[in-house]
Amino acid sequence: MMKEQVIVDIKVPNQTRYLSLIGRIGEDITCILDAFTGDREFLAYQLNLALTEASTNAMEHANSSDPEKFVRVCIRTTDDYIKAEVFDQGQGFDINSLPLPGVDALSDRGRGLLLIRAYMDSVSYQRTSTGNVLLMIKHLK
Amino acid sequence: MNLETDENGPATVLRVQETRIDAHSAPDLKVAIAGLVAARRNVLIDLSRVEFMDSSGLSALISGLKAANALGGSVKLSGLRPHVKSMFELTRLHRVFEIFAEADEAARSFNEVKGAP
Repeated sequence: MMKEQVIVDIKVPNQTRYLSLIGRIGEDITCILDAFTGDREFLAYQLNLALTEASTNAMEHANSSDPEKFVRVCIRTTDDYIKAEVFDQGQGFDINSLPLPGVDALSDRGRGLLLIRAYMDSVSYQRTSTGNVLLMIKHLK
Repeated sequence: MNLETDENGPATVLRVQETRIDAHSAPDLKVAIAGLVAARRNVLIDLSRVEFMDSSGLSALISGLKAANALGGSVKLSGLRPHVKSMFELTRLHRVFEIFAEADEAARSFNEVKGAP
């Protein structure tokens, strides 16, 4: 099995002005996936969206928009998958307490996570020693 | 946020001149839509320049639609790019908004009376 390679490991201030930077990193990751034979443009959009949504959740909810905190984004790849982790320094939230998708299209609650789950193959949220991590995996084959 | 407005018949057209809408820019969009809705009730939002939108962008649009409906008006959308449009379908918002390919077609629709032959 190919060993995971760390492609990106960055820390940005807990401010939404950095979302564009994170999103574009997700898009540009697709350029270095030599073994990927699928729709790169769509994959780029999916990664941009998932990382943007996850980072927004970290900034505004988990980190409570505290400008003193940071969000860390770590992206690893193999030929078979991309693993993206978004770390926050907050108290966290219960990922399973959000409304079921599609119950109320006009409700703002849960829409970001619904989109992450639509575009990523695996999503989990776990405690760490310093906060929490949203782990997302996208299969490439 | 780079926005342009003009009038097209019964509707005010808001052209979003940004390629990306996320949680950083969505609040400005929400405020702009609210202002137009309060003034004119019927607003067409043209998104043909928008290459990326996240859930905060969707929320800003929904907020405008709710405000317009409360005043007896509407917010309609035009020019959605394929990936942006797919997000409306994933979130079932394509059944909530009237979505048009072109702004002119959308603007004319504000004149149509429902149920008329």
